[in-house]
Amino acid sequence: MIRSRLTAQRLAFLFLLGCFFFNYPLLSVFNRSGDFFGMPPLYAWLMGSWLALIAQMAWVVERRGD
Amino acid sequence: MLQAWVIVLASLAYLGILFAIAWYADRRADTGRSLIANPVVYALSLGVYCTTWTYYGSVGRAAANGIGFLPIYLGPTLLFALAGFVLHKMIRVAKANRITSIADFVASRYGKSQLLGGMVTVIAVVGVIPYIALQLKAVSNSFAILTSYPQIIMPATAGAVPILQDSALYVAMILAVFTILFGTRHLDATERHEGMVAAIAVESMVKLIAFLAVGIFVVWGMHDGVGDIFARAATVPEVARRLATADSPAAYGTWGTLVFLSLFAALLLPRQFQIAVVENVDVSHLRRAVWMFPFYLFLINLFVLPVALAGLLHFPAGTVDADTFVLTLPMAHQHEALALFVYIGGLSAATGMVIVETIALSTMVCNDLVMPLLLRLRWLGLAARADLSGLLLEIRRWAIAIILGLGYLYFRVAGEAYALVSIGLISFAAVAQFAPVVIGGLFWKGGTRDGALAGLAGGFALWTYTLLLPSFAKSGWLPDGFIAHGLFGIELLRPQHLFGLSGLDEITHCLVWSLLVNLGAYIGVSLQRVPNVREARQATLFVGGTEAAASPNWRGSAGVTDLLPLAGRFLGRERAEEAFSRHAQQRGLRSLHELPADARLVSFAETLLAGAIGSASARAMVASVVTEEPLGLDEVMNILDEASQVRAYTRELEQKSLELTRATTDLREANARLRELDRMKDDFISSVTHELRTPLTSIRAFSEMLHEDPKIDLPQRTRFLGIIVSEAVRLSRLINQILDLAKLESGRAEWTVAAVDVGEVIREAAESLTVLFAEKHVALEFDVKEQGLTVVADRDRLMQVMVNLLSNALKFVPTDSGRVKVGAGATANEVRVSVTDNGPGIQAEDQEVIFDKFRQGSATTDVLTDKPQGTGLGLPISRQIIEYFNGRLWVESTPGAGARFVFTLPRQAGDNESVPQGDARLQSTGPGEGAHNKLSRGVA
Repeated sequence: MIRSRLTAQRLAFLFLLGCFFFNYPLLSVFNRSGDFFGMPPLYAWLMGSWLALIAQMAWVVERRGD
Repeated sequence: MLQAWVIVLASLAYLGILFAIAWYADRRADTGRSLIANPVVYALSLGVYCTTWTYYGSVGRAAANGIGFLPIYLGPTLLFALAGFVLHKMIRVAKANRITSIADFVASRYGKSQLLGGMVTVIAVVGVIPYIALQLKAVSNSFAILTSYPQIIMPATAGAVPILQDSALYVAMILAVFTILFGTRHLDATERHEGMVAAIAVESMVKLIAFLAVGIFVVWGMHDGVGDIFARAATVPEVARRLATADSPAAYGTWGTLVFLSLFAALLLPRQFQIAVVENVDVSHLRRAVWMFPFYLFLINLFVLPVALAGLLHFPAGTVDADTFVLTLPMAHQHEALALFVYIGGLSAATGMVIVETIALSTMVCNDLVMPLLLRLRWLGLAARADLSGLLLEIRRWAIAIILGLGYLYFRVAGEAYALVSIGLISFAAVAQFAPVVIGGLFWKGGTRDGALAGLAGGFALWTYTLLLPSFAKSGWLPDGFIAHGLFGIELLRPQHLFGLSGLDEITHCLVWSLLVNLGAYIGVSLQRVPNVREARQATLFVGGTEAAASPNWRGSAGVTDLLPLAGRFLGRERAEEAFSRHAQQRGLRSLHELPADARLVSFAETLLAGAIGSASARAMVASVVTEEPLGLDEVMNILDEASQVRAYTRELEQKSLELTRATTDLREANARLRELDRMKDDFISSVTHELRTPLTSIRAFSEMLHEDPKIDLPQRTRFLGIIVSEAVRLSRLINQILDLAKLESGRAEWTVAAVDVGEVIREAAESLTVLFAEKHVALEFDVKEQGLTVVADRDRLMQVMVNLLSNALKFVPTDSGRVKVGAGATANEVRVSVTDNGPGIQAEDQEVIFDKFRQGSATTDVLTDKPQGTGLGLPISRQIIEYFNGRLWVESTPGAGARFVFTLPRQAGDNESVPQGDARLQSTGPGEGAHNKLSRGVA
């Protein structure tokens, strides 16, 4: 599948990004009471960044041309 | 409506549908139109990761500590971001080596070690049993709750009901039967189960839709959207607490631990390995799965927190187990159909997990644990049995039944002490022990069998002590004294605060210690020695990751007659023959009987068997028929020696090549010389024939005239005859000279060597020519010393030279005014003779040419009248003779002022030592005396 080394490296970059998104210390920024479009900030952040990460992974592996 | 029989019937009908799907997919696979050769099916089947833990347990976990359920799904997302480096490589390696399970993978990586395969199997079985218990608990609980509809009654604690009335027992039994029907109908060499994968993909769809249905019902049926739920939750302090995680280092530590623990679990759980690696049809399907599987996880988690909060808001605290909110919320609102659907979704989650997990485990138990043991027991005589394929299936069926039995046992013993998620995490921690040997094995060539064994053993021991045994103790099955006070009362050995480490939750605590020991032992022990030949070879295959490296690793051989029956015993005769025929076709042979008994065939048979009985056992079985010389250190050294010898040969070759080049140059030069000589010989022959033809022509012409015209008068006739005679004389002289020259050149001339007085020879020669000189009125003067002119030579030959030089001079001096002077003198060691004339002289460039055969100076041609003067052989012959006696002959001349021919000969030293080498040839047979005499006479 991931024939091109570039694709694998892009994915690996997303892995590092995900590790940063989903862990301390970034989590502590959102870990507070409050309201973010009717949702707790931590929940909104995690679900939002997770979906964004999946979208980027899809874009990386499905894009044509390399 | 929801009586027990309805639920049982619905469950059985659902399982029946699954079975039909599996059967259909198998049929399609047999006809070559695979249903599962599709990236979407692959991604969906990976959804087997989501079990009842996810389905029921996540809500329970969320109800207990809010967002804390999520790391279990973030980890796999991150794993798939690494797919390009880890999963992709793993699948390629597994396909190239026909890996059938994670135990096989580890055993194969570290030199096909049966011991290692067995150990991984034991860890996997022990580690996964709590996980299976979790499924049984969830299904039996959901069944019990659903049957009590419309009341919502929490089921009695497990173990409190008599065994025969325990629904979990029946769930376990039904699942065992179902799994056996699914997974062990026949034996496949590749150990792939197309039907099972298709069914799992369908189950993934069912559980996702069921969970989304509940979520939509709770969020929009019971409330006004997600915002409404969060807003309400915020008003209840007890519930609002769940909206954020505890803001402490330990909480973040736990969070991070769970992310990475689940990352490993999604790769290393036997069922994940089975689906992601073994059942993978095409490695390119991974591309789609990279985002589709994480997206699946995202969807199934979308409503977890809202449902948990709604459950907490709806049910009074402590009345309903949060693990059952998914089911009890629809029930509380009298949605029977939805409740039944939710129950079916839960059943899907449980059956999917149990089927794949137990099939994977049974393969491992059979291939890596039981078969190696049975084959070692000689008294069973298994190694000699004709057909073992039936036995293999039997072992797997029993393994499935026993694993589910153990799962049920764990459920009875420890099931109630923990929530669903906590039980699952125990299993996660167990399979995380495979991470160092698997990941390390893929990227580090230095790992050895001993290192892997030490790492796994150490990690597993610590997992058992810090996590498994406390779980038994907490459920009262073991005395719990050792948890509080440590083993033997030693505080430092308290399982959950080992060596005083505290402040961590039990999972993190276990992982810190077990992975530390695991990794340390794996690397530390591996570094004790370099990998042996077999380990190094497997390391190259796994780390290098190229199929091309899969060269035959057998150095012995065995024929089809040995290997086919062996494979037939495990695969069944027909399947084996089919596989061998295919192999023969691939090698371009007509039938399997033409297959040569070579290492490639043995390797093929080994790979084929590896699919059925695991790589380690396959190696052992094939070894029993192959007379292999293992690749020992000596042989490796030999190979290295050979390599250096080859280098030496190369150097030698280069030298030889240089020598050859030199020889070629020499030969080319020699060839050029030969060609030149050949050309000279041709010239010589053509000159000779030309010279011979001239006198012949005149002889013939005058003879014909005499013959044809009898009336020629006498004087005329006499003149003609005179010409004929003189031409005949000339001809015979010429022939004699040619013969003479040939003899001289070939060294076959006859020499009569004696002391000769040169003065006497000069006088004699001059005397013989007196008449000729007188006829031409040429004065002949002498300046010859009387004494000391003795040389060692052949008198007649010397005479020949002298006559030659004199007649030569006579030829070129002018008539009447010509003068020829002969001089002879002696120096200390040589005699010098000169013949001087007052002829036209010789051009400088001709002074050497005249000594060549048939060549005359250009001056001579000028004075040539109608007849050639001389044969052109006199001077060459003279030079040959003089040089034979170690003398020299040359000419000094100024054009227009005459010429002087000079020769020198060594003086006689008073003994015979100065006699030339030619002496030895005196006795050789040469031409007769007559020829010799003619020669001396004929020079003029």
